[in-house]
Amino acid sequence: MTTSDLAKIIFGRLSLESIPYHEPILIGTFIGVAIGGIAVLGAITYFKWWGYLWKEWLTSVDHKRIGVMYIVLAIIMLLRGFSDALMMRAQQALSFGDNQGFLPAHHYDQVFTAHGVIMIFFVAMPLVIGLMNFVVPLQIGARDVAFPFLNNFSFWMTVSGVILTMLSLFIGEYARTGWLAYPPLSNLAYSPDVGVDYWIWGLQLSGIGTLLSGVNFVTTIVKMRAPGMTMMKLPVFTWTALVTNVLIVAAFPILTAVLAMLTVDRYLGFHFFTNTMGGNPMMYINLIWIWGHPEVYILILPAFGVFSEVVPTFTGKRLFGYTSMVYATVVIAILSYLVWLHHFFTMGSGASVNSFFGITTMIISIPTGAKIFNWLFTMYRGRIRYELPMMWTVAFMLTFVIGGMTGVMLAVPPADFVLHNSLFLIAHFHNVIIGGVLFGMFAGINYWFPKVFGFKLDRTWGVRSFWLWVIGFWFAFAPLYVLGLMGVTRRLRHFDDPTLHPFFIVAAFGALLIAGGIACMLMQFFVSIRDREKLKVGGDPWNGRSLEWSTTSPPPQYNFAFTPVVHDLDAWWDMKARGAEHPTSGYHAIHMPKNTATGVVLGVLATAFGFAMIWYMWWLAAISFVAMIGYAIFHTFNYDRDYYIPAEEVARTEGHRTPAVATQG
Amino acid sequence: MSIDTPAPHHGNPTGHDHLEPHGSMKGYLTGFILSVILTAVPFWLVMDHVITSPGWTTATILFLAAVQIFVHMVYFLHMNTRSEGGWSMLALIFTLVMVIITLSGSIWVMYHLNANMMPMTPAMAESAP
Repeated sequence: MTTSDLAKIIFGRLSLESIPYHEPILIGTFIGVAIGGIAVLGAITYFKWWGYLWKEWLTSVDHKRIGVMYIVLAIIMLLRGFSDALMMRAQQALSFGDNQGFLPAHHYDQVFTAHGVIMIFFVAMPLVIGLMNFVVPLQIGARDVAFPFLNNFSFWMTVSGVILTMLSLFIGEYARTGWLAYPPLSNLAYSPDVGVDYWIWGLQLSGIGTLLSGVNFVTTIVKMRAPGMTMMKLPVFTWTALVTNVLIVAAFPILTAVLAMLTVDRYLGFHFFTNTMGGNPMMYINLIWIWGHPEVYILILPAFGVFSEVVPTFTGKRLFGYTSMVYATVVIAILSYLVWLHHFFTMGSGASVNSFFGITTMIISIPTGAKIFNWLFTMYRGRIRYELPMMWTVAFMLTFVIGGMTGVMLAVPPADFVLHNSLFLIAHFHNVIIGGVLFGMFAGINYWFPKVFGFKLDRTWGVRSFWLWVIGFWFAFAPLYVLGLMGVTRRLRHFDDPTLHPFFIVAAFGALLIAGGIACMLMQFFVSIRDREKLKVGGDPWNGRSLEWSTTSPPPQYNFAFTPVVHDLDAWWDMKARGAEHPTSGYHAIHMPKNTATGVVLGVLATAFGFAMIWYMWWLAAISFVAMIGYAIFHTFNYDRDYYIPAEEVARTEGHRTPAVATQG
Repeated sequence: MSIDTPAPHHGNPTGHDHLEPHGSMKGYLTGFILSVILTAVPFWLVMDHVITSPGWTTATILFLAAVQIFVHMVYFLHMNTRSEGGWSMLALIFTLVMVIITLSGSIWVMYHLNANMMPMTPAMAESAP
């Protein structure tokens, strides 16, 4: 056996050539990441934070901590996904005529793929899941989610997907296929390198985490509501969370199956989606959109939930049309399974198929429109306070409605034949995802931040960030609508027609404004943490309506010393109206789940397994897979997984905090 | 349906305080024997060529598979219209709707695609569905 054979057995496809040291942009990025990483690790070591981080955060099964970790992960990934966006905008603004821009095609194609994947799977999803994690148990008066360890494990599976995706920057390369990796391009014949494999394993691992989160939340909401909280007294955010998680449970197995079929096509020479031997690439597109369309609603429904909490709070009125809001959510969920073909009208189905899916798509705008009117009617004659969450909500309503209308335009099949894969489509889905999901999540973060940490976010920097984001969004995407109508298609690296140039320059300017918005947002966090004593608030800073505002800010580890009893839809509003007081004695010991390192261990093993599969290191794949299963089984024998917080400690905590609960503002 | 009755509150994070009954020996045995029969029959059908038409054999096997699914749901997953206050029935109905949409939709879409994308004359295109 020669050395090269041996190296092949040990390292699979991985060799020194796989490290992209010939790409100056990547080298620069690597140096930046390395310096930043060393600085962060050094700081943690210097301040001796490792023990605290490990004990209080990484191994925590507390839904509040896990929610915060999801959101931190999402913000970090937003920076990565957004730098991809800036690079694309810069490339398209430069690359006209003789100028080829600064990104070679090989790199540019990876950038647009990574941008899409990261923004959907590792920014939007963690934001949504993080917010649900923090808020849902508090809103239903529960102490934690139904399966606290599973929740921690889900988070770490998401992280392992993130790590694999980020590794592709510096070891090997990422997919050059677009974010959904359509075959035949993503088949082994046309993408022989590791890019698509990074894509497959990154999504497969994080998909497991998402699916388990879905199971966890459905169980939590169905089984653990406070006494008296019937389904029709559930806060709207929790309703949307329930429906979103039902969609996750129904849709994500389809993604898992499609990815598995693509995997065996690539690894074992199967022919599910090849052009030959009876395979059918169109089947892939069909299946992945049966997952993909519900996914869009998985993201947007919780944002609708946030607005349904923010609007009543900041107008001081009960939500208009609660029942219709709930039914609209459920109808959207069902309809979201009946529209998937609108993503490929041009595939060649006949008029009856296209018109069926065109009509269902148009119908879905009716319940969505009903929601918009419900929010408007809630605001009508309300005493509106334009705090940051309310500002994001109004910006959402103005922006999202445009996105919804261009969506209905795209739902008309003949129009779609012109607009398919054009920049008009790009503008449309950014309009609904930024203007809907992201604005909703920002509203949610500004709204619940005081609950999470006990102090408000700084208003000045928040307002700056708000205007830069909203104005930047329109500068960045309005030109794309125009360009799309002029026939410019997506994912182009170079243009010959100089008349298009001004539009791309305006779009790049918009991206820079958004960059300013992100910078102001980071500044907002920094300033707020610095001035936390000044921004300190009590349990109910916004004069809220649902149960999470009845506890302290931040809530104690056990959330509620006594399980609240619910009599009305806006449970906390009702309690305040009746003058209910917090009990000051008679505390019981509280049964709590213990932290566990199993989630971290399984996440590390899963990452190793994914990495080994990507690089064909079969020995490592086998070992890490067996270790993963073995450790999971070993964990089930750990019976030491709960403890009691003694009644005296509960009394002490509550005694400290009861005055803070009473004070508002 | 439990939609209007409050769910029991969970004080215990390990969730061992109120377990649902998990079937009986008799139930499991019935389920097991039925499953064995329903698995053996398809093998017998194929190996002994009991039915001459392969189409009917396939249809019979698919039918037996569907029955097998129901046997599993009733005897192993303990599903009935009342368990978990009706939530498992609701989940089942939802699952059936989703599976039917996915399968029939995919078949419809792919069949249509096949019919429309094959080479055809202008006259055929006029009468395409």
